[in-house]
Amino acid sequence: MTSPLRIWSLPWTLRYLRHEVLALPGRTAALLFVLFLLLFPLLSQDPYLLRVLTLTALFALYAASWDLLSGYTGQVSLGHAFFFGLAGYASAILGRELGLSPALTIPLGALLATLAGVLVGLPSLRLRGPYLSLVTLAFPILTTGLIFLFPRFTGGELGLSGLPRLGQSRLEEYYLVVGVFLLSLLFLWKLANSRVGLFFHAIREDEVAVRMVGVNTVRYKLLAFAVSAFFAGLAGGLHAHYLRVAGPDSLSLFNSIQPVIWSVFGGIATIYGPVAGTFLLFPLLEVLRVAEELRMLAFALLILLVMRFLPQGVVRGVLERLEEECPRCKVKNAFTRKVCRACGVPLHLREVKP
Amino acid sequence: MLSAILVNGLVLSGIYGMLALGFALTYGVARILNLAHTAFYMAAAYGLFFFLERMGFAPAALLASLLVLLIALAAYKLLLEPLREHEATVLIVTIALGLLLQEVVLLLFGAHFRSVPALLPGFVEVFGVRVAQQALLALLFAGVVLLLAWAFLKGTRLGLGIRAVAQDQEAAELVGISLSRAGNWAVGLGAFLAALAGLAVAPMATLEPHMWNAPLLVVLAAVVLGGLGSLPGALLGAVVLAFAEVVVVNLVPGGAFLRTAVALLILVLVLVFRPEGLFGTAFAEER
Repeated sequence: MTSPLRIWSLPWTLRYLRHEVLALPGRTAALLFVLFLLLFPLLSQDPYLLRVLTLTALFALYAASWDLLSGYTGQVSLGHAFFFGLAGYASAILGRELGLSPALTIPLGALLATLAGVLVGLPSLRLRGPYLSLVTLAFPILTTGLIFLFPRFTGGELGLSGLPRLGQSRLEEYYLVVGVFLLSLLFLWKLANSRVGLFFHAIREDEVAVRMVGVNTVRYKLLAFAVSAFFAGLAGGLHAHYLRVAGPDSLSLFNSIQPVIWSVFGGIATIYGPVAGTFLLFPLLEVLRVAEELRMLAFALLILLVMRFLPQGVVRGVLERLEEECPRCKVKNAFTRKVCRACGVPLHLREVKP
Repeated sequence: MLSAILVNGLVLSGIYGMLALGFALTYGVARILNLAHTAFYMAAAYGLFFFLERMGFAPAALLASLLVLLIALAAYKLLLEPLREHEATVLIVTIALGLLLQEVVLLLFGAHFRSVPALLPGFVEVFGVRVAQQALLALLFAGVVLLLAWAFLKGTRLGLGIRAVAQDQEAAELVGISLSRAGNWAVGLGAFLAALAGLAVAPMATLEPHMWNAPLLVVLAAVVLGGLGSLPGALLGAVVLAFAEVVVVNLVPGGAFLRTAVALLILVLVLVFRPEGLFGTAFAEER
């Protein structure tokens, strides 16, 4: 069914649900995930759980933004914290100096991050591969140096604290963040699967070939940098106001590496992979706090083992086992089916023994 | 002041040089951007600390470097080589490896600062600067190690093969060089160089499980500055960044905050004008 979505018609929606969503394990999981996020407060309003979920959603958006730039376009950024931290600081300073509300300063911070994204993206026109990664890595570290040099303006090592809260209650903040997260994710997902996303894929695979067929790769690379930086900045601004502090930690090397770990763990160049990776790893790290000393050790071991056996990431590794493509019409099918749901071709051809 | 910069810069160059050469070998030949490289250096320093309580300096140093060599080769064979096609995966596997080493060290030795007694205590005057004799020894050691590594790479058939693979993998394979054999040697040699750097640093620095973070950035910057795949470039990059660091720490107020930042700033400036680094080759485009 490729007809336009007609969700206002109930029979159509039910049919769509049954044949296009529930028929595939991956889509069912995605639906359950969204429902879980939206309905979670009905199950529990424990402030700690809400806090963990809110932070996870923020970081998942951050990881997804990394994926658009590095997974799709192949411009591996090792300095994504630059956009994340810069937006947090910008929002904090704008709020302090001009007295604007977070509803205004966070988008402004994200726009500044977009500008920074284009600025960082400019060298990408000449650099490639590890050279580019190293240049992106330099930006957050240079900024950290500057922040320590001008402690009066930036708060130095302690950062700027006492930022205005996002909402009145934990619940309000939760729904705000989850709402922004889901909408941004929808946008990133649509972009990644559009014609533009196709160019992103192609640039990663073979930039020279893309240029050969007349595509302005410079424009698309800068676009990837700008969009990715915008959403990283959005996540960074929300994060700063949620924790009510914009500190140098948000620019640290660790914070640049985090989205890389989550995204690769989930599976790059998928958008949903980084989200899954974050929702698996971030709460896990929280749970592991019961054994504080072994926490990072267990984390590192888990990553080593999982990556060794599912090198393409958890989501792809699992989906490959749960769904298979019809050999004739290329439609995805659940692993339980014997014939393709679209064209009726048998999916498991038994090998004929001679 | 000038002579202090000169002497300290040289000592630091020696350490960074060993690290950068090892990193460049691993990247150039096995195509692994090994972010755990300086974790090997940390592990070697702690290994020395551990074995020194039980035996003399020479056997302890030997055991520590062999231990690191073993860890590196095992990690390469079991984890990294099977994943070579997935570049991003290799990247985070090396990060996880570095974290793992750090956490194991943290668990075994705790987060306290540890120190290794100097092999040669005392100070001498060089150009009117008081220098620890240990630092001069480290410089000498670094010089000898680098010369030996150079002799190996330049003088032997195996070294020739390794350099060829670093320059152009496909051409090297075409003339019959075994990529996997060169990879094993390069990874081993790279980790061994990192271990030796750790041994040289151990008696001069305080040991702590996070000591691998700061040199990692400098080494990355040095190798990229010189041009990936170029071994002399890596050494030159290390010297440039070591001196830059010493100059900043000595001359700029508040310079200690900026030491890594300056290394990276130099890197960005060089790359803007020469996108393939100082000695990198622009033609060997791998697609």
